[in-house]
Amino acid sequence: MSSNAAIELKHITKTFGSIVANKDVSLTVRRGEILSILGENGSGKTTLMNMISGIYFPDSGQIFIDGKEVVIKSPRDAFDYKIGMIHQHFKLVDVFSATENIVLGLNDGKFNIKESAVKVKALADKYGFEIDPAKKIYDMSVSEKQTVEILKVLYRGADILILDEPTAVLTPQETSKLFDVLRKMKEDGKSIIIITHKLHEVLSLSDYVAVLRKGEYIGTVKTSETNESELTEMMVGKKIDLNIKREKPVNPVDRLVVKGLNCVNREGVKVLNNVSFTVRSGEILGIAGIAGSGQRELLEAIAGLQHLEDGDIFYNNPKTNHVDNLRDKTPVQIRELGVRLSFVPEDRLGMGLVGNMDIIDNMMLRSYKKGVSPFLERKTPKELAEKIIESLEVVTPSAQTPVRRLSGGNVQKVLVGREIAATPTVLMVAYPVRGLDINSSYMIYDLLNEQKEKGTAVVFVGEDLDVLIALCDRIIVIGGGTITGEVVGTEAKKEEIGLLMTKSSGGAKDE
Amino acid sequence: MLIAFLQRAVLQGIPLLFGSTGEILTEKSGNLNLGTAGVMYVGGISGVIGSFLYEQSHTDLNAFWAIFIPILCCLFGSLVMGLIYSFLTVTLRANQNVTGLALTTFGVGFGNFFGGSLIKLTKSDVPSITLSRTSLFFNKSLPFASNLGWFGKVFLSYSFLTYVAIAIALIMTFYLNKTRSGLNLKAVGENSATADAAGINVYRYKYFSTCIGSMVAGLGGLYYVMDYASGIWSNDAFGDRGWLAIALVIFAIWRPNMSIIGSILFGGLFIVHNYIPNLSMGDQELFQMLPYVVTIIVLIVISMRKRRENQPPACLGLNYFREDR
Repeated sequence: MSSNAAIELKHITKTFGSIVANKDVSLTVRRGEILSILGENGSGKTTLMNMISGIYFPDSGQIFIDGKEVVIKSPRDAFDYKIGMIHQHFKLVDVFSATENIVLGLNDGKFNIKESAVKVKALADKYGFEIDPAKKIYDMSVSEKQTVEILKVLYRGADILILDEPTAVLTPQETSKLFDVLRKMKEDGKSIIIITHKLHEVLSLSDYVAVLRKGEYIGTVKTSETNESELTEMMVGKKIDLNIKREKPVNPVDRLVVKGLNCVNREGVKVLNNVSFTVRSGEILGIAGIAGSGQRELLEAIAGLQHLEDGDIFYNNPKTNHVDNLRDKTPVQIRELGVRLSFVPEDRLGMGLVGNMDIIDNMMLRSYKKGVSPFLERKTPKELAEKIIESLEVVTPSAQTPVRRLSGGNVQKVLVGREIAATPTVLMVAYPVRGLDINSSYMIYDLLNEQKEKGTAVVFVGEDLDVLIALCDRIIVIGGGTITGEVVGTEAKKEEIGLLMTKSSGGAKDE
Repeated sequence: MLIAFLQRAVLQGIPLLFGSTGEILTEKSGNLNLGTAGVMYVGGISGVIGSFLYEQSHTDLNAFWAIFIPILCCLFGSLVMGLIYSFLTVTLRANQNVTGLALTTFGVGFGNFFGGSLIKLTKSDVPSITLSRTSLFFNKSLPFASNLGWFGKVFLSYSFLTYVAIAIALIMTFYLNKTRSGLNLKAVGENSATADAAGINVYRYKYFSTCIGSMVAGLGGLYYVMDYASGIWSNDAFGDRGWLAIALVIFAIWRPNMSIIGSILFGGLFIVHNYIPNLSMGDQELFQMLPYVVTIIVLIVISMRKRRENQPPACLGLNYFREDR
């Protein structure tokens, strides 16, 4: 290929167990060039970059830097090859100043913070960063922290910069400022790889776009010769028929009416912006969106775990035909009403199950308040545990096995099974098939369909658009905390949803 | 009388100063060594054993060896304690609180066992070992101090270990704030994962700071026997000075230079009941609570002010393991 390639990947493959994270990926970045890596969640973008920065090691394939084949075994090696990665989660010491963080771990002669601060300032001025080298990290905004991270790799002399979704945490103004800086670096001859799933950013910033889909390398196109719809098609691919049965909803009644929901997170950033939608009984409502667009907060708001700034959640109680506003209820009261949340976080055990406790004890977490005597009553939960193990085919030595020893899929079955066992009227599941193999996934889909037939209102937050389209009766799309659209499941097009997902109202208006 | 009070306060405070500077160094690496009381106890008895053997085998004591042998033994004893703690918590990743408390129990038991054995060897009728000959060397103060009036009495009348303690505290302040290694150490205690990613050897820093911290703390035990108690060791006389040293770490908000002032203040509070006339036994005990009360007040104040620099190292008490992120 071109002789001035700064970094070149050839046929990189990486698997985690039976899951293929990257398959036969080849990329080239030249000096003074910006390459975007575009792909849905779980398409293997971050895994690929982690292999360049020495966190993972590829199973097969080669990496060339300046035309020479290299082996990158650790972050140290990557650093020696002048590769710097800016992670989504910052690695900074809060009580240190910007300069202290930047020089941390370095060994560049005499130790003098003041002199280093001058160098940091000069470096920042060169690329147009605004930073106070003496400012403490805990006083900084997210974008300032990101600046420190970028300066950290520049200070170490990085020529190849990898940014993992750098704009996810930035405001539009900050994003365009960052892009100006990146363009300056490009003029300076640095190679930049930026991971993103925001199409307009890709188009405004990069020279080339490489697209990954489900770990596979789809292709690289020149940005000036492509457009949004072509990229979307490359990103989401053609519709796949999954053969999930979908019955027509029987007598749907409005069960939950969400009106004008507003939420801010702990950092004071608005995560839900005027969200309104309706959940009906006997149907599955899908929620599509890029991870971190507010799905979690939305579900937590309904479950009473998230403080609402504004808005109402009306619950139509089928037993009494009363309409309750869930806003005034405690999480326990909401659960009593039959609104159940089964959230499968990235680490699976983080929320909902206690890893060191066995299946029976985990069942009891939800029923301990039913006890009347001060002593534990373990018989009913034991029966429930055994029923779940049998009906959901949970692979476990016994009901007394600590949950953390089970494999991921079995943990999820236990979690979903427990929530379903309570005969909910509203069942909310988030990423219930995350990391599951095909068979277990279908079992979960069947469970959800079973609940739907029983008249439960099911809310399904998913990542895989094919599944959402095949399973859900209606799909709402959330982007940047706002509802960007609603489609009917039977008529939905993947491309349409894909476009809605990337269309966040607060997106950067760059250039 | 005020001068005498100050002198006594310093004498009381210096063991705490050794203990707390050692513990600050340890805690800066994120290791919460609650075994400091045990470490100081072992430091004390190790020095006593060394000087006991030297005194027994020589009739004429050489000033250099009389000082050098106990100090070396003390450093060795407390180094072993630091190594045990580091091995358990850093290498084996045992719970730091449990390990620390176990070390305290072990250290006190170790000290009382060997203390008791030595007392038996001397066949003395009082339950104590007297090493007054060695103590004389330790207690030497500057000869011209007494000629300088109150200034000499307040500032120059102490034994050399007193100045060593203050020097260590000042050097440690400089180390933590002005050197690259100090910055790295603080990073380890604040955010071990970040330090690791920056290429700092987290385990090595934890080992070194814990072991050196223990040796410094151990000197506090030796000072107590040789200077404060004039060379007389009796079991359990050390009391709860180890815990006071840990309280002093909090009082000094993890700053060695602050702990110089803090230790003398604590020493003063600890003995102030002797200087207030007509106190009953019960009231004396109440006065002895003062250092702890002050610590609690400081804790409340720094928690309320929420200044991030005044908080304990963020990773204090947490063991670091690269793979569990």
